[in-house]
Amino acid sequence: MADVKVKKRLFRRRHQLNRSMAGNSLLFTLMFISGIFMAMPLVMIANDALKPLDELFQFPPALFVRNPTLDNFTDLANSITSTWVPFSRYLINTVIITGGSTIGHVLCASLAAYPLAKHDFPLKKLLFSMVILSMMFSWQVTQSPNYMIISWLGINNTYLALILPAFAYGMGLYLMKQFMEQIPDSLIESARIDGANEWMVFWRIMMPNVKPAWLTLAIFQFQLMWGNTGYLFLRNEEIKPLQFALTQLNSLLSGGAARAGAMAAVSFVVAVVPIVFFLVCQSNVIETMTSSGIKE
Amino acid sequence: MAASNVSEFKKSKKAKARHAYMRVTTYLMLAPFFVLFFFFTVLPVIISVGFSFTYFNMLEMPQFIGWNNYLKLLLEDDIFLIAFKNTLIFALVTGPTSYFLCLLFAWIINEFKGRTRAFLTLIFYAPSISGQAFLIWTRILSGDRYGYLNGFLLEMGFLDEAIFWITTEKYVMPILIIVQLWLSLGHSFLAFIAGLQTIDKSLYEAAAIDGIKNRWQELWFVTLPAMKPQLMFGAVMQITNAFAVSDISIQLVGNPSVNYAGSTIVTHLLDYSGGVRFEMGYASAIATLLFILMIGTNKIVQRILRRVGD
Repeated sequence: MADVKVKKRLFRRRHQLNRSMAGNSLLFTLMFISGIFMAMPLVMIANDALKPLDELFQFPPALFVRNPTLDNFTDLANSITSTWVPFSRYLINTVIITGGSTIGHVLCASLAAYPLAKHDFPLKKLLFSMVILSMMFSWQVTQSPNYMIISWLGINNTYLALILPAFAYGMGLYLMKQFMEQIPDSLIESARIDGANEWMVFWRIMMPNVKPAWLTLAIFQFQLMWGNTGYLFLRNEEIKPLQFALTQLNSLLSGGAARAGAMAAVSFVVAVVPIVFFLVCQSNVIETMTSSGIKE
Repeated sequence: MAASNVSEFKKSKKAKARHAYMRVTTYLMLAPFFVLFFFFTVLPVIISVGFSFTYFNMLEMPQFIGWNNYLKLLLEDDIFLIAFKNTLIFALVTGPTSYFLCLLFAWIINEFKGRTRAFLTLIFYAPSISGQAFLIWTRILSGDRYGYLNGFLLEMGFLDEAIFWITTEKYVMPILIIVQLWLSLGHSFLAFIAGLQTIDKSLYEAAAIDGIKNRWQELWFVTLPAMKPQLMFGAVMQITNAFAVSDISIQLVGNPSVNYAGSTIVTHLLDYSGGVRFEMGYASAIATLLFILMIGTNKIVQRILRRVGD
């Protein structure tokens, strides 16, 4: 019993290596004050969604809701039933577009990042700098050549018009390559000696060791695709994503003050989905790293 | 003699086979990403740069006009000069500051464990989580008495009448800078958080034995050198974000803003690429110049970063 206590104390001391009380309190005060500012959008969106109409138009504007109600959500639900195609259709489209491109991007980018980080081959430098440079060209301008290419490939007005380009965004490859670079070569070498081929090295050694990186990448990609209305490429109502329906709804609702409640509910729904995805991924980043510590 | 030659020959044959296998797998692994990358990124960029030497209104075929777009841009377009100046000020202030903030907060959050950590990360990442979250600033800065900031200042007696924040020239740049800094804990921040997770914990114990005394030394001599790849990544993300700012300017202060006080290179570009005018050639020339500006900055920043921890 006493032994456990001693061990616990030792453990705690090791964790507080090089930490002073003064430093702790300085940094945590800083965190607290700035945290309040950063949390503002979450607090506002959540409170607005629960506000009854009279509170939404109050002066001076109150941050916190006084008489919370779910009216806004029923209002939203009523507006939804009057959409063009069944609401579930938008939901399925979003799952296909967001899910497909997130999984595809994480796989494609990681797979290409492995040889860039750990193999030697001609043109390696050129390929890598192309990826970095690509992030610096304004996407607003490349949109119209992109449109031409997508039409030329015959995938305009299909899911693929959104999903395929999303597989190859430069940022993901760059992120994965930077993390894979840090995996020690000896780890890969010993796996090869044990008879692993390159695909196994990639899947069993690299990917588990850079799990925080690809979970982070998944967050980025999910967020990006969740926010995509696809208005440029998708013309058939049956293949448009949820985000399109919601923005459409928002512009319809903005007509009257009476619908401000439903709009607040829309903002809430738009924000809450990526938040849930974020929390799932982030807590996994942490759990895996405490359970596996394979590093040299 | 002969026997060893044979075995060596066999070995080299094996090595060659191994080499060939590695080459093939390398290219197979690269292929899915880079084929798509070529079609959807490289090709559009090349076409855009090509457009920058043409007059192209998206209705008629592009006409080759040589360097004319660039000459007009640099010599005649006085709004571009304002936009260029604004972008430089904006990038020089927000770029380094937000990079530093990302690092600072990621580093502090790293002291926490488990669910607290995930929750804190969420709080600080919140402004970037839904693309439109910064629109709450329109409510804070709204020019009438209902704006949160005006409401607060009136209530406290600091103001006698409401201020039109977003339509007063001298407030425009500071507002944009503050909002951008508030938004700055984005891609780099999460990359740093993940990077800190992958640092080997035993490095810290070894450093303590070697005589590292406090957390600041630990940061400079252990943590930063161990996450150099992430620092490089963060720098590129900051450069692309700081120079390409447009969305918050357009949504908060409008485009065109009062006296172009909030014009940036990209808002200027958007004027030509379909906002008001349809001159793709000119817009492409602006994009190409911005591209060159970012590449140059990136070169300088990467050189500085190589010195970290020395």
